[in-house]
Amino acid sequence: MTTDAFPILASTLSQSISKLLGVLEAVGGFLAILLIVFFVAGKVTGRFERPLAVVICLGPALLLVTVGLVVPAIKTFQLSLMNQQFLGQIGTKYVGLTNYKFALSDPYTQQTLLRTLAWLIVVPASAVFVGLLAALLVDKMKFSAIPKTMIFLPTAISFVGAAVIWSYVYNYVDPSLPQTGLLSEIVTKLGWSNPPNWLITVPLNTFLEMIIMIWIQAGFAMVVLGAALKAIPDEVIESARIDGATGVTLFRTVQIPMIRNTIVVVTTTVMIATLKVFDIVFTINNGNFSTDVLARQMYADMFVTSQVSRGSALAVLLFLCVLPLVFYNIRQLRRERETR
Amino acid sequence: MTTSTPPVLEPPVERAPLKGPPAVKAVRSAFSSPIATVVVMAIAVLWTIPTLGLFVNSFRSKEDAATTGWWEFFVHPSFSLSGYHQVLFDNGGMVLPLVNSLAITIPGTIIPIFIASMAGYALAWMRFKGSDFLFFFLFALQVVPLQMALVPLQQYYVHGAHLFGILILPDPGVNGTLAQIWLTHTMFSLPLAVFLLHNFIAQLPGSLIEAARVDGASHLRIFQVIVLPLSLPAIASFGIFQFLWVWNDLLVAKTFGSLDPSGQPITARMQSLVGNFGAHQELLAPAGFITIVVPLIVFLSMQRFFVRGLLAGSVKG
Repeated sequence: MTTDAFPILASTLSQSISKLLGVLEAVGGFLAILLIVFFVAGKVTGRFERPLAVVICLGPALLLVTVGLVVPAIKTFQLSLMNQQFLGQIGTKYVGLTNYKFALSDPYTQQTLLRTLAWLIVVPASAVFVGLLAALLVDKMKFSAIPKTMIFLPTAISFVGAAVIWSYVYNYVDPSLPQTGLLSEIVTKLGWSNPPNWLITVPLNTFLEMIIMIWIQAGFAMVVLGAALKAIPDEVIESARIDGATGVTLFRTVQIPMIRNTIVVVTTTVMIATLKVFDIVFTINNGNFSTDVLARQMYADMFVTSQVSRGSALAVLLFLCVLPLVFYNIRQLRRERETR
Repeated sequence: MTTSTPPVLEPPVERAPLKGPPAVKAVRSAFSSPIATVVVMAIAVLWTIPTLGLFVNSFRSKEDAATTGWWEFFVHPSFSLSGYHQVLFDNGGMVLPLVNSLAITIPGTIIPIFIASMAGYALAWMRFKGSDFLFFFLFALQVVPLQMALVPLQQYYVHGAHLFGILILPDPGVNGTLAQIWLTHTMFSLPLAVFLLHNFIAQLPGSLIEAARVDGASHLRIFQVIVLPLSLPAIASFGIFQFLWVWNDLLVAKTFGSLDPSGQPITARMQSLVGNFGAHQELLAPAGFITIVVPLIVFLSMQRFFVRGLLAGSVKG
């Protein structure tokens, strides 16, 4: 074992070291360039000092964002209007809204769109509900750091990691053998003697995958809503308490209305994240067994089944769904800025 | 019955509302409720059980993990590190993917930090006509889904950015290297990054900056010497966010990363393990735990900054 492990270990080690050195070089080089630019530009005085500073500070960000987000967005839109199938194809031509018509009339895509809508409704509502509940209750606790950390932990785990974790909950084994999946074990103990293969049971599998997303997002909702709750002035709560409001009444009439804005922001943020959900669906069933959602089908169209233009149309649809949510967020931002 | 209860028809006795620490104490003591504690702990435990399952399973022998549920561990304990050993060292193991993840994540965190804080500073303290619009525009770009940018970005790295047939920007010559991934992550993180850092930098005391201007410092100098050091809390918060985001990313790594397994980061390696269900199922638990251990450590050790980062700009006070 050790004799053939050693050369592998040695090559792994040398590869690792060279990679990390390369990283050091790259980061060092980047910082060096920054320092030099700052140094040289710092010598400029007079009328050009400020515009130059603006260009240097804002330029890289704007450039990167243009290349990475603006141009691709425009190009994707372009692509969606053409009939390109595989990457690098030449001789494609404009076909107008054909891909959109296809997306809206193809049965499989229709299912995907509806399912994405279901995700969009169920996940944010549930995640915010659990987060709000946890935030309201934690507000009343001492040593709140422990449950807060436990609930927030899933947010730090990658979606892929989450998929693995939940595979141990949803795992299916023939009922005659000892169960390896937690869910099967629980329902078997509760009397259900022949639990199904959860992840391939339609439509249950979609909801089970949604639970994973809710598990991840609830912590985020809890933290932000918890902070908003803490920001309610204590005097307001005191006087409400004096007026006789306690417990649930206090929630309903005082606390929730006062954090309404934050609830909206958190909900739209979770909605945006849900619309982009790809990793969970991809890793668990790869969209099979009626679990497909917009973001995953788009990926498949572009990189797997070579329907680049169709995938682009889906991307534009996704973009159109996210757009109003972000504009809503911006409006909230603007309003808050004005009251500052 | 007390004799000091005022008659119902009279206006209630006016008490000066409590302020400050006595108010907080009154609120908290009125509200510490054992029921709340129980419910919250129940939710917290429920939330942790799935992860616990993974953790427990990773320490059991292959046969045990494959044939029985992880809860059996508490009944028939059997401890084994063979899973970890195999995952880490066999077939190229997880060590290289771990290194790859580090190689991708560290620059993918450092580069956006600098570019975003420079931009945030420019938009906050070097106001010009249209700077507000630019700020909201940058924030709005969050709207662009990753997937939308994948194909055009790939094309950009190969032969530059063209729009309507005109070359806007030549390709940066990084095709096939890790720099592709760093740049891509930077691009995608900028909208949120600039937003978070701008909000913090805008709240720095103007007097400090004014004083420096009066002393003749250039804008760039102010950034280097005043703004950057003072912004460390926000940078730390955002840095953790970004680190976790890049570390946990799968899509960008798969699209712009090398196809050969020795170049895969840990998420891609994990995903390919999951995909081969029959072949290496028993390795899922230790592999999975290794995947989440770094983010967990980063998160647990930097919690305070994380929460502060989340709240930057979204909640007043």
